[in-house]
Amino acid sequence: MTFIPLAGAAIVLALPNNAKLIRWVSAAATVPPLIMSIWLVVNFDRNKAGFQFIEKYQWIPAFNISYYMGVDGLSVSMILLTALLCFLCIFASFSIEKAVKGYFALFLMLDAGMMGVFCALDFFLFFVFWEVMLLPMYFLIGIWGGPRREYAAIKFFLYTLFGSAFMLIAILALYFSTEPHTFDMTVMMAQANKFGTEVLPIWPFKQLGWGFQHAIWMALFIGFAIKIPAFPFHTWLPDAHVEAPTAISVILAGVLLKMGTYGILRINFPILPAATADLAFWCLGALGAWNIIYGALCAMAQKDLKKLVAYSSVSHMGYVMLGMASFTTQGINGAVLQMFNHGTITGMLFLLVGVIYDRAHHRDIEGFGGMAAIMPVYTGVTALAFFASMGLPGLSGFISEILVLLGTWQKYPILTIFGASGVILTAGYLLWTIQRVYLGPPNEKYLKFPEISGREMFTLVPLGVIVIIVGIYPSVVLDMLRASLDQINQIVIPHL
Amino acid sequence: MDLKNVASLNFFCPELILSGTVLLIIVLDLMVRSKRNLALIALTGSAAALIATLDLYSAQPGWLFHRMMVIDNFSLFFKVFALAAVILCILMSLGSNEIKHVYQGEYYALLLTCTLGMFFMASSSNLLMAYLSLELVSLTSYVLTGFLPHNRRSSEAALKYLIYGGVASGTMIYGMSWIFGMTGSLDYSAIQVALGQAGINKTALFIAFIFIMAGFGYKIVFVPFHMWSPDVYQGAPTPFTAFLSVASNAAGLAIMIRFFFPGVSRVAAGGVWAYTSGVEWPQVLLFLSMITMTIGNLCALNQRNLKRMLAYSGIAHAGYMLMGLAVLTNEGLSAILFYVVVYLIMNVGAFLVVGMIANITGSEDIENYRGLAWRGAVVPAACLAVFLLSLTGLPPFAGFIGKFFLFAAVLERGGTFIILALVAVMNSVVSLYYYAKVIKTMFLDSPNPEDKTVAAAGDFNITLLLPLTVLTVVFGIYFSPLLRYTTQSLKFFIK
Repeated sequence: MTFIPLAGAAIVLALPNNAKLIRWVSAAATVPPLIMSIWLVVNFDRNKAGFQFIEKYQWIPAFNISYYMGVDGLSVSMILLTALLCFLCIFASFSIEKAVKGYFALFLMLDAGMMGVFCALDFFLFFVFWEVMLLPMYFLIGIWGGPRREYAAIKFFLYTLFGSAFMLIAILALYFSTEPHTFDMTVMMAQANKFGTEVLPIWPFKQLGWGFQHAIWMALFIGFAIKIPAFPFHTWLPDAHVEAPTAISVILAGVLLKMGTYGILRINFPILPAATADLAFWCLGALGAWNIIYGALCAMAQKDLKKLVAYSSVSHMGYVMLGMASFTTQGINGAVLQMFNHGTITGMLFLLVGVIYDRAHHRDIEGFGGMAAIMPVYTGVTALAFFASMGLPGLSGFISEILVLLGTWQKYPILTIFGASGVILTAGYLLWTIQRVYLGPPNEKYLKFPEISGREMFTLVPLGVIVIIVGIYPSVVLDMLRASLDQINQIVIPHL
Repeated sequence: MDLKNVASLNFFCPELILSGTVLLIIVLDLMVRSKRNLALIALTGSAAALIATLDLYSAQPGWLFHRMMVIDNFSLFFKVFALAAVILCILMSLGSNEIKHVYQGEYYALLLTCTLGMFFMASSSNLLMAYLSLELVSLTSYVLTGFLPHNRRSSEAALKYLIYGGVASGTMIYGMSWIFGMTGSLDYSAIQVALGQAGINKTALFIAFIFIMAGFGYKIVFVPFHMWSPDVYQGAPTPFTAFLSVASNAAGLAIMIRFFFPGVSRVAAGGVWAYTSGVEWPQVLLFLSMITMTIGNLCALNQRNLKRMLAYSGIAHAGYMLMGLAVLTNEGLSAILFYVVVYLIMNVGAFLVVGMIANITGSEDIENYRGLAWRGAVVPAACLAVFLLSLTGLPPFAGFIGKFFLFAAVLERGGTFIILALVAVMNSVVSLYYYAKVIKTMFLDSPNPEDKTVAAAGDFNITLLLPLTVLTVVFGIYFSPLLRYTTQSLKFFIK
């Protein structure tokens, strides 16, 4: 599943320079992973907590590195999301005209890297996939992006590499603390008590009361927080999102941001439970609540439609962090559901912004007006996505946000109040945007805009359907998550 | 075993073949018309020497020529390495326009003599031998650096190199004389024994070590003996720069490891090398390593000439490799050996592209790489991107694995070494900026209208470039055989 897109990339590189052929071959390369991920969801044993569908081969015996892949409920949901978004984004990229071959080859490499991250159970392998994603992303933003693409691309690259540098040190430190030395995550989880929590006698750990485990936790957290992006590390995101081509923005928001929270759940929670219990309130809970409000306020001030969606991502990822910090069943399930929902909803939002940008060639919120009269179908779909994003009951965003808030209320009432106030702010900026862009008298300049095309609808409808289904019957996703998340939760709870 | 002169010759085949080839080239230079044949002879000679070297793996380790040299896996590793580098360099010279206009016979003869010097550096087990071999490499390098006629940069670089080299080797031999005064011998094993006895003045020994480090440091290019390298890299003919950047550095590491590890230290319990207590040279190395990588990376940030930038990046990489020395473990040394191999592949590859582009555009300025990928040179641009990203240390390229082993060796020691690891990791992040800047110029910028198209297809160099690129990726994914080879190469002959 991971390597089919990679093979696709190789085929695309070997193809003659025929744009049409390349597009369809790339689309074909994303179909098998999608089918396989659906098969995975269907055949996945929902009642078992551990890893399933395991593949394990020796890779570098001298360092005890193995090719070790497997999935649990958490990764299955993310794999489904990745496969689906990649499939749809290929179609959203059909309007790319510049160096088509390079674009699709890099896109498929990115796809392979993302799949790999969600499947890898060997820490070394995880890190390799994690870094492999960076390169295609750098080029995709840098070559096919908007006017300030070079700045955005290098900023994204430097930020992420900075984070992964810390991660690499943490990985090595964990490797040398296990006995026998290994990169196997399952073994690390089993030996979680080996990572010491006694306070280190050196500055600054002594003052903070941190042990080895806390230091490692923090190093990993910085790597993941940059990807989420959590508050002080979020500044790459608006740049990267705004400059990237539409399909890449969708992937960035839909999948890449999830890797941060996925990493925390997959690695920080089970491998470093004691530190998680100690640091979660400030680093996840409080920071998450702050992310919600800060992101929403920033979004409100934006004039660029894409930047608005980008900051709304910052805000929505705050719910994920807040939910994870609660250590309650509702909270943590809500958090992962929110990851899934945010992927679909924000994917829709970026695609919708792309639709209007292709026609108007600008994204200035003040520059539109009355689009509802010109493109009624388009406006209908947009309204669905906006309402889902602001958490209207009956749509998927509502379920996950309410679960998160329910879960956190039992633990941190104050934070929950802050988090809940984010819902109001979100409604505020989204409704205000609808009013400015879609309602009011139609803008004379844009009267001749064609209605949304069949291809564009094709990319939006599946996401819309998922948003409605999950909104009405969330158990489709939640059943898949519950067993695995409970197990992760149970590891941390004794340390609280 | 401890062999006399004549008996040693059996184990001296590769050196003899190289010397023979050098003489043959000088004689034939007077006779043959097509100078290209000389390169082929040099190539054949190096290949024959390579076979002879590999054949020696079956031999017993031991002393040669009255304990002047040793033969063991460690020296053989660096001999194979030097030959691989020189073969790549000759192939590069064949495709280079710079070399077409110089005296080719002398060029190839000097190149092989330089390699011969590296052979001696790798195997010397006597301070005198160490000094002589180092000088042999240096002298040939001075000449080769200044080999471009009517090129002021080239001459300036050679002069600078000569002055720095003279000072450094003078300092080194002064330090060696102190050692001789204290221990009464130039032989490593005798020095080792003498240092074990009481009554050695620790301060004097420390100063002697620092002086000797100056000589080695100037070959490995670490701070503060690095100032010659940017000028020399920029001025020398590109194929030779590539050779110098990897082979000279590796030979310096070989001679340094041999002197400081089996020479004056001992393996203690737990696989850590124990040095004479009170003589804190490892601390000096630790410090120098941090300074070297930081200065190298910071200076590279604003370079406009690609060869100069690669020179500073080379200084940074020397700093990374010094980490492996400073941790005093076999894991660290083995990581260094792994790193030099990887560094050979990616650095020669990078210089190869620089040479190719310079053949066509006549310039090495980064500004001339604007939109290279869209000017008909997608393949070289993509290959250069792979090499640069590998130098940064990004997976799935070989450079990542090399750095990974170095970091692993450092973190395994724990304690204050974690600071070293942190400094190194931050340096890698900084280095991304300047490597990515080149990639950005090649791919993200659109070409200027007046820029020429670079038709690279069909160039002889491509046939060399693609294998190097493939190797960079392969060693990033499947490196077990190479790892096994470097681990096995870490067998010293000690008595």
